[in-house]
Amino acid sequence: MHELAPELGSLALSALMAVAAGLMGSFAVMRRMVLAADPMSHIALPGIGIALVLRVNPLWGALALLLLGAVLIWAVERRTRIATEAVIGVTFAVALAVGSVITSGEQLIDALLGARGTLTLHEALFGIIGALIVIVFVLRQRNALVVRLVSPEIAMTSAVNVARLDLYFLLAFALTIGLGLRFLGVLLMGSLIIIPAAIARRFARSLGRMLTVSVVVAVAATAVGTYVASVAGRPSGPFIVMVAGGLFFLSLLRRRET
Amino acid sequence: MNVLEVQDLGIRLGGTEVIRGVTFNLPRASCLAVIGPNGAGKTVMLRALIGALPHTGKIAWAADTVLGYVPQRLDIERDLPLNGRDFLRAKAALAGSSSAMQAAALRSVGLAEEVLATPIGNMSGGQFQRLLIAFALLGNPNVLLLDEPAAGVDAPGQAHLNEVIHGLQDTHAMTVLLVSHDLSVVYRYADHVLCLGRHGACFGPPRSALTPETLQEVYGQPLGFHVHTHA
Repeated sequence: MHELAPELGSLALSALMAVAAGLMGSFAVMRRMVLAADPMSHIALPGIGIALVLRVNPLWGALALLLLGAVLIWAVERRTRIATEAVIGVTFAVALAVGSVITSGEQLIDALLGARGTLTLHEALFGIIGALIVIVFVLRQRNALVVRLVSPEIAMTSAVNVARLDLYFLLAFALTIGLGLRFLGVLLMGSLIIIPAAIARRFARSLGRMLTVSVVVAVAATAVGTYVASVAGRPSGPFIVMVAGGLFFLSLLRRRET
Repeated sequence: MNVLEVQDLGIRLGGTEVIRGVTFNLPRASCLAVIGPNGAGKTVMLRALIGALPHTGKIAWAADTVLGYVPQRLDIERDLPLNGRDFLRAKAALAGSSSAMQAAALRSVGLAEEVLATPIGNMSGGQFQRLLIAFALLGNPNVLLLDEPAAGVDAPGQAHLNEVIHGLQDTHAMTVLLVSHDLSVVYRYADHVLCLGRHGACFGPPRSALTPETLQEVYGQPLGFHVHTHA
């Protein structure tokens, strides 16, 4: 029983993280941010390096830089007319280069692919609170996000503060990536945000179905991937993404409804 | 009494002056048509009027103004998993509108309830434009801004949309600001016309503001448009 409790806690936490990823991914996919999730997660890397140098928990360094990166994208996107993906791509390719210089060896592998081991109390609390923030944000703001998605101008005349909503969305997106760092690592968290939503988009014809399918796939991939990884005695991140990717390829076998 | 007063409006986009020195007033419950060739800045001006673009000069809306905005034809991805109901419900939630108000908005634009189950990317041009107008009507606006609402819609659909918009103005005493390329619509429905041309702007009632000379100046070429006058 003593052995089982931390495992169950960890599983519940990763399920919560998967719900957040499924919800956030739905809007990221609909906003054509599919390719942005991956490079955006790279900015966590120099944060991890700096945190290790300063001898603080790498998670906090990663989180700080992810949130800073979100504000940076928001500010650059407002000033220029360059598409978000170009800004994200360039900024975070540089971040990855810097990160790989100041992080090295095993730390780098852990940061990229996720580390095994028990979570500290602070990490667990961050996981719970962070996931709840993302879940509540998406569910509460879904109407504003839907209108913003169709037309920013319509949103403006519907009493939506579009600039603020965009900032909160990017911060929530960065937070979602931060949630997965400990489990999946920098490289793989973007995939858990995008793949379930990409599967959902193939079949959903309404927002409710999109959100539901995306969350169910994210949770299922996380649960199955974590179980297989524990049996194999390996880090869970790659297995979670392999299961999600497998489901995506399976989904290609079914024709899309028109 | 004016619902909108615009003085010496200037808008620059990427270092290029798109609008310069535009001045006009919009009386309450009137219909203003904005005309001009492509690239004259009609959509840009509308975006500035709703606060989406920075500008110089004065844009003053009456304090009680509630805007409804129908943008130029939107390119929606066909596989976007949002149906008409999702879209309308989102606005209803933001505007605090009841389901009865949603049904009333749909009736106003002549859109069947069943169409709401269709993903917005799969709707026909006419269906989607009507949905956008129904969407704009939620929240009880007293000013409707429409940017070429009939663009991309077939001829019968255009005629119906024009009737819908005119009907709304009559039944709801709504102020309408409409960008249109169709001069027959302008003559038929507008109380005032604002023409944005290559060499400045003109403003006034259609029959006095839109002389053949003005039209030639605005569009840069003579327009063979004949206005029927009935004694």
